[in-house]
Amino acid sequence: MPKYLTNINAISWYFLIPVISIHFFVIAFPSILSLLLCLTDWNGFGRINYVGLENFQELFRDRVFKKAVYHNLIWTVLFLTIPVIISLGLAYLLTGIKRGQMFYRLVFFFPYILASIVNCLIWRYLFHPRHGLGGWFENQGIEFLAKSPFAMKETALYAVAWVDIWHFFGFLVIIYLTGMYQVDDSLYEAADIEGATKFQKFRYITLPMIRPIFILSLIIIIIWSVPTFDYVYILTMGGPAYSSEVVANHLYSQAFQRMNVGYASTIGVMMFFYVAIIVGFFAILRRMGWEV
Amino acid sequence: MATARFRQRSSYVNHVILFSFALVIILPCLVLIFNSVKPSSEFGANPLGFPNEIRFMNYYDAWVNGNYNQIFMNSFILVVGTLILNLTVSGMAAFSLAVLNPRGIQTAVVGLYLLVGISIPAQLYILPLFLMWKSLSLLDTRIGLIIIYSALNAPFATFLIRSYMLQLPTELFEAAKLDGASTMQLFTKVALPLSWPVFLTTALIVSLNVWNEFLFAITFIITDDFKPISSILFAFQSRFANDYGLVSAASILMAAPIAILFMFFQRRFIAGLTSGATKG
Repeated sequence: MPKYLTNINAISWYFLIPVISIHFFVIAFPSILSLLLCLTDWNGFGRINYVGLENFQELFRDRVFKKAVYHNLIWTVLFLTIPVIISLGLAYLLTGIKRGQMFYRLVFFFPYILASIVNCLIWRYLFHPRHGLGGWFENQGIEFLAKSPFAMKETALYAVAWVDIWHFFGFLVIIYLTGMYQVDDSLYEAADIEGATKFQKFRYITLPMIRPIFILSLIIIIIWSVPTFDYVYILTMGGPAYSSEVVANHLYSQAFQRMNVGYASTIGVMMFFYVAIIVGFFAILRRMGWEV
Repeated sequence: MATARFRQRSSYVNHVILFSFALVIILPCLVLIFNSVKPSSEFGANPLGFPNEIRFMNYYDAWVNGNYNQIFMNSFILVVGTLILNLTVSGMAAFSLAVLNPRGIQTAVVGLYLLVGISIPAQLYILPLFLMWKSLSLLDTRIGLIIIYSALNAPFATFLIRSYMLQLPTELFEAAKLDGASTMQLFTKVALPLSWPVFLTTALIVSLNVWNEFLFAITFIITDDFKPISSILFAFQSRFANDYGLVSAASILMAAPIAILFMFFQRRFIAGLTSGATKG
């Protein structure tokens, strides 16, 4: 047999060709196209004109885009606080019980495996003004949730975020719980002898010991909250009056309703750079020996 | 004695807090189940409770109105097709990175390549991909979507399978090589049979991802007859907006296969989904 067919180095490349080519075909190549198309004013058919950075200038004037970016930032902050705090607390409580632990793990994790569309339908019903919770309270003679929070400008974004958080926090519980079980028991025993309270043990032993996994979870949240789409698209389509518009949804409507290929690509490129900067930032921190 | 009693009391408090959070999850799911067997006349007087009259016909209506014979088949084909394509390419890649050349330059290059791929938001490439698929006549076909899903799941699957194959004893491969096994035989006769647990875990997670996927499903399939269950359910919510019994039954039909699999393979699901995120 010729040498290039038997050389182990060459063979190991042959086994990698399928995954590299399918990944290149579906993700890398269209991404590169996007990086090129953002410099054009293409509308999906017809001539492609080079327009330089005009799309970026337009983007910085686009009020809906600015609103969407602001909402994405709110989204990130909401997810960095509410589910993180709840899940840390629940995971810590779970380490303190023996019976029923599996039950709680399964229940908390369950919404995470449900489809976004199913979770949305559950909460769309519960928040329905005449049915769901609002209807139930009305039957009791109490006016509560009489208008759907998805339909009000002030609450739409938070209501959508709530549904996503409801679906997501169990995932964090499991991640934190895994981290907490890796903490050496003798540390807690020593603290018990010193007479430490539960909170002190949490603050001075658990938190520092799970720091790597904790910081990792924050990175995951920051990265995952950038392309958030399903829940907004299904529940509000970004409305009412753009009050729950997020960047991914803005891109989607530019791309598939208005066929502004160049402009949509520009939004995608901005999202990519934002994620790349965050990933790069944490990579540099790790290089500098910061344990993350 | 005193500490024991203290521990008991505090674990009682733990249970109260944990259970109230569990209720926040259980109760909405129960409402969905109740609604799926509630006649539409009852929704006004009894929005949240157990129905007075149980109506299983909601499921029949959802099945017929949604043409679920076809829709379930569509989603099923997508899942099976993706499993075949994705597990083949990821398994081969993992074998190469873990067994053939674990310390080669490939690991660094491909690892970096796939990692960059993970951090690219789908929105960056979905529109050019859509136009590519249109010109290649892959748009609005199942095979087109299967290729996309296989690629989307490839990095996660490759890393997960690789981390398992790294733990296989190298002596096994050395022994098989001495017996004259070719590289392909090392893969199919030694590596694959030994790594079935990780393939099972990966298959479960990939199936879950494909079954639940929304963004690409609504974008790349336009004809109703080819639509998977997630985009049909999305269409349901506007088509039958006020028929909550029917929509709830349709939701349960979508969630049931996943919920049943989850009951059987809880540990694998949880381990696969969390390690997929934390290792990536």
